[in-house]
Amino acid sequence: MHVLANPRRFLAIAVPATPWCFWGGIALILAGCWAGLFVAPADYLQGHSFRILYIHVPAAWLGMGGWSGLTIAAIMQLVWRHPLASVAGRAIAVPGAIFTALCLATGSIWGRPTWGTWWEWDGRLTSMLLLLFLYIGYIALARSSVERGDAGGVSRVTAIYALIGALNLPVIHYSVVWWNSLHQAKSISIVRMSSSIDPSMLWPLGLTVLGFTLWFTAIVLLRMRAMLAENRIEARLRRMSRG
Amino acid sequence: MNPWPFVIAAYGLTFVATVATSLWAWQRARQAERRAADLLERD
Repeated sequence: MHVLANPRRFLAIAVPATPWCFWGGIALILAGCWAGLFVAPADYLQGHSFRILYIHVPAAWLGMGGWSGLTIAAIMQLVWRHPLASVAGRAIAVPGAIFTALCLATGSIWGRPTWGTWWEWDGRLTSMLLLLFLYIGYIALARSSVERGDAGGVSRVTAIYALIGALNLPVIHYSVVWWNSLHQAKSISIVRMSSSIDPSMLWPLGLTVLGFTLWFTAIVLLRMRAMLAENRIEARLRRMSRG
Repeated sequence: MNPWPFVIAAYGLTFVATVATSLWAWQRARQAERRAADLLERD
């Protein structure tokens, strides 16, 4: 990871990697959505409404994965003072918030025909809503520290906020175990490499999860490239104003 | 209850968010990188 501490070295990898991640991700998303909508069989209990799974699960994965990325960036900023860590944190926050909002919206749309309600204040839904508020708080803090001109982008307070916010991740994960919930219990275990979903329904999910992850990576890389270029512009203008 | 309007709404919302985020991120990167390159050329 320290190899990428040099922005120039990072850009040498990020610039050619961006289109591969973007178009590879889009291709997998389209293939997965097509298979999820038209190839996978209807669920015996939920009928066709289960097809929302193929976008809801990647949205939840990236909403939580985004905050995990923020946490890693915050640790790298606080411990190793990695110069790109705060840029990475800022770049992840907005797409992470968008996916958390998409997870809540698609879950709500799925809930109406399945549970008979748009919203329920249970552990999983409430902790996911809290994650969205945490993202909004992070974006506001990061923006204010950039406007104040803190070196490197986001302040230490913003990084510490990301670490504290990470406490919500296990709450989201175990909420369906700890509390009675309308939300189903977990049906995929990455640790045990097992799933209760039939393979005929599972493989399109693999495509959309991988596709959205690649696309998310491309968006983060694009945002990091934009922020690094904006930093270069600002530094150049500062030098020019000094004469 | 017919589930298809709900399925279409969920996919449509995700499609709009994906396209809008892609365009926004791409445009911001392109503008900033062009402006940085222009400033470098002036040196």
